Amino acid sequence: MLVNYFTRALFVTFSISLLALTGCAQPIEPWVKPYERQNLADPIMRTNRHPIANMHVAHVYEARESARGAEGTGGGGCGCN
Amino acid sequence: MAVTNKANYAKFRQSFLCLLICSLFSLSLQAAVLEEDRADVLYHSYDGGGMKIDGPAILLRKKASESIAVSAYYYVDTISSASVDVMSTASPYSEERQEGQLGIEYLHDKTIMALSVRQSDEDDYLAKSVNFNVSHDTFGDLTNLSLGFAFSDNEVRRNGDDLFEEQNQQYRLRAGISQILTKNLSIALNVESVADEGYLNNPYRTVRYIDSSVPSGVGYQSEIYPNTRNSFSTKLSASYYLPYRAALFLHYRHFSDSWQIDASDIELSYRHPFGKTVELELKVRYYQQTQASFYSDLFSHQNAQNFLARDKELSDFDDLTLGLGVTYLIPKQFSISDWRSEASLQWDYITFNYNNFRDPTAEGALGEEPLYGFSAHVIRAFFSVYF
Repeated sequence: MLVNYFTRALFVTFSISLLALTGCAQPIEPWVKPYERQNLADPIMRTNRHPIANMHVAHVYEARESARGAEGTGGGGCGCN
Repeated sequence: MAVTNKANYAKFRQSFLCLLICSLFSLSLQAAVLEEDRADVLYHSYDGGGMKIDGPAILLRKKASESIAVSAYYYVDTISSASVDVMSTASPYSEERQEGQLGIEYLHDKTIMALSVRQSDEDDYLAKSVNFNVSHDTFGDLTNLSLGFAFSDNEVRRNGDDLFEEQNQQYRLRAGISQILTKNLSIALNVESVADEGYLNNPYRTVRYIDSSVPSGVGYQSEIYPNTRNSFSTKLSASYYLPYRAALFLHYRHFSDSWQIDASDIELSYRHPFGKTVELELKVRYYQQTQASFYSDLFSHQNAQNFLARDKELSDFDDLTLGLGVTYLIPKQFSISDWRSEASLQWDYITFNYNNFRDPTAEGALGEEPLYGFSAHVIRAFFSVYF
């Protein structure tokens, strides 16, 4: 079972890398130019605008729900019982 | 002729300035950069289901050079618990958990490597972990790829029993891709596999079973969990910039594990600035999960199966979060040394509804007590300084 889950993770990682590599090899130009990214660069668009609050939110949920992982906060577990 | 030349010169100057601004802007976006130096001080509070947890937290980030940044995080939980699990078989307790984290980030061209170590310590649990992440900007910086690994070594003890000491280890492997799709929309896909092995029980919790040999008709025995648990999570996120300068975020995560728990959560949040000093944030999140294969609220007899659990966290339940946050961007004249600073207050209201976990402290025949549910208030008040 452990091997299955890691195989799955590695497969997804490999697929993502392959997509990225083929994306680079194809003659597709980046379609959103740097000077068109001012909206995305606006501070209000930052998902990690308040990192200390996000870490607390992730901890609150991880201690009370069974789901864990892929939060995007780079956590390493609840660290509690 | 002179007028035409003057007009051409003005046009040229305008174009040149425009190009210069665009170039400068594109430079700042093209090259990966380390996040800005900041310090955050937070007070957090959780109150619900008979549990009160609060304490401070501090986060510091400082660039040592253009390519190296260091960070430190310190967090305290002061816990006072009289939850339904505790009240049905034990007495209320209080304890403190302290967590510390040190990190270093190294930027090389368009790649950021981050290494952090963490320790979480409470009377009956010691967790030590190391975390490594690499992220790389590619495809004209429209795409960011990331990979990460974490290892945690944990020591489980039981208060009042000096001879009890167990271990468990956790391995995490994660990958992610974020992609700018349009000038207003970016999406991200993150996956993470987590594998645990060792003693995964809560050493205090028990299961209940029908026992006709005692007057109450109910007996208790310790929980028995499997010694391994493997899980896989996939999260899809989208961030959208609205035309009137506001932001919309959507997250969906699916989770499954080897204990047969399937879970998913969906979150929608909206951030809206008012003028130059106030930002309002609204959030709604829904979570639901199925039960673990070895969970039961009431077993038919003692040792009914090889694995036994009655943790409400392993039952079939859902929860709903409504959140409200306000950030005040403090005007420069009131800031220390002209540093940009902000004060924020966030409040979450969470309601938990359990579908097969009953409240044994309530009135009702054995196994027919009302289903349990509770609500919690979560508050975060914090102050951030960018220096």
